[in-house]
Amino acid sequence: MGCVESMNYEILLRDQSFKECREYVRQHFKEYIDVQPGFKVFDVHLIGIPPIAIGLEGDFIVFPYTKPCHGTFLLRMEDTAEAARLRTFRKKT
Amino acid sequence: MGSALLVLGCPQVPVQTSIALYLINRLKKSGFVPVVAGNKAANTLLVIADPDRHYLGEVMDLDRAVAMISDKKRDFERCFVFIHNDAGISYAATMGAISRAKVFTLVYGEHYDDLVKQIDFPCTVIAAKAVHNPLPLKKALDEVSPWAA
Repeated sequence: MGCVESMNYEILLRDQSFKECREYVRQHFKEYIDVQPGFKVFDVHLIGIPPIAIGLEGDFIVFPYTKPCHGTFLLRMEDTAEAARLRTFRKKT
Repeated sequence: MGSALLVLGCPQVPVQTSIALYLINRLKKSGFVPVVAGNKAANTLLVIADPDRHYLGEVMDLDRAVAMISDKKRDFERCFVFIHNDAGISYAATMGAISRAKVFTLVYGEHYDDLVKQIDFPCTVIAAKAVHNPLPLKKALDEVSPWAA
């Protein structure tokens, strides 16, 4: 996948279903946006069952990252510019 | 007839490679141009099994396929998603959302019935308890005959 895997990230959840990751974002982050599959975060087109929840916490972005053999990881990454870009899509807080 | 995308899952369940080659053959005989998208391991299993490309045509990285369809640079008439785990459900839902293709889900593996219950998006479900023996899934596939017009 390139960029994301070479950046600093924290894995918040692993070995969970995609839906469990979505619920985790909604329950643990006051600020989140719902997007459709294919929406781009960093260099990743998001994979998932719509809607896909992306959490925002300051400059941190929390999003699901799915691979065929390893399932869905919930990643937490820091990026000021990307967090600001994602907030332009915000509909609810 | 158009083009058909086969979205491969993790190749840890043996029937995937066999059914993919079978499906490619039936699609080609019906006039479709099949394109395979998978991770490196899933693609390599097919490429090694068909060195003279009697069956295989274009083979591409799965992430690249998702990117091209999302960016509206490419699309397909039919899309077949191989599912034996939660990630497969996510990929199928993604294809249904980003592509204009008619989506078929091929659900197999030990827990295929639990996975079928999770499919709540528009698609044609082709499912069987198949792990090592591809015949139950082949039978289910033949009954639907998704290569027909």
